[in-house]
Amino acid sequence: MDSVLSEDPVALKILVAGGFGVGKTTLVGSISEIKPLRTEEVLSDRGVGVDDLDGVEAKTTTTVAMDFGRITIREGLVVYLFGTPGQERFWFMWDELSYGALGAVVIADTRRLTDCFPSVDYFEQRGTPFVVAVNCFDGAERHSVEDVRIALDLDDDVPVMLCDVRRRTSAKEVMITLVEHSLRTLTSAN
Amino acid sequence: MSDSPQWFDEEAGPVVRPYALIRGRTRPSGDAFDLVATVRALAEAPAGELGPEQQLILRAARSPISVADLAVELDLPVGVVRVLLGDMRDQGLISVSSPSAGGTRPNERILKEVINGLRAL
Repeated sequence: MDSVLSEDPVALKILVAGGFGVGKTTLVGSISEIKPLRTEEVLSDRGVGVDDLDGVEAKTTTTVAMDFGRITIREGLVVYLFGTPGQERFWFMWDELSYGALGAVVIADTRRLTDCFPSVDYFEQRGTPFVVAVNCFDGAERHSVEDVRIALDLDDDVPVMLCDVRRRTSAKEVMITLVEHSLRTLTSAN
Repeated sequence: MSDSPQWFDEEAGPVVRPYALIRGRTRPSGDAFDLVATVRALAEAPAGELGPEQQLILRAARSPISVADLAVELDLPVGVVRVLLGDMRDQGLISVSSPSAGGTRPNERILKEVINGLRAL
């Protein structure tokens, strides 16, 4: 077992948050090989990590599948992406997920911007570096990045960008912006 | 099933089978493992002593693998995998190392490497 002696791989965690149907799964899938990670959680209210809730309101337990993607930078350096369950009642899962996380992407849809308030609040309180990626849905009214920043009352240093989560280049830009932001946060803290 | 405890009723759905596997426990012995903690096999499977899941874990962890990847590979909920891993660690079959063991935050060099790696995708 040679592997026992080799150095531990470096595993970095990036979270992808935002309201239901905002494009979390699509973003993770655009940039990495996506796999559903099964977690098992008890529910007492609607709201599972799926977008279609019709017919499941009465369920008391369910399997929550979390989006999970992996980007191998090189052997021994891997970035893991986790799509956070989209409801406040799953915050206990977020605590675990965000522990030691490099940062988070909050996806916003300008047609229902309030959906991303809880995510923004959460990462602000935790001190987790995050960027806001405004997903430009077809036909959605385009708002300027500054409008979104004001509406979300974001600090000046939080990057806000427009994106199309379906496009790999756009998803890449979002991730790069986040890691650059994390790096700035890290170096300014030292 | 009528005389079963209430939480084992049909509403429990998929919870029953995976958790039966780990005899109803929901927490591993010791601390919970991070999703990106690294699992490594330390030994070959003792013949006949391990269940199929444990054998699969040992096989998959011959090269270092994350807890999340293991859960995907075994197609089991993360909570179940964690309990299995806790047992196997106690038996000295595997090691599980926290991603932050070597330093609490990723350093500047690593982040720059990630940025370059992402650009090259």
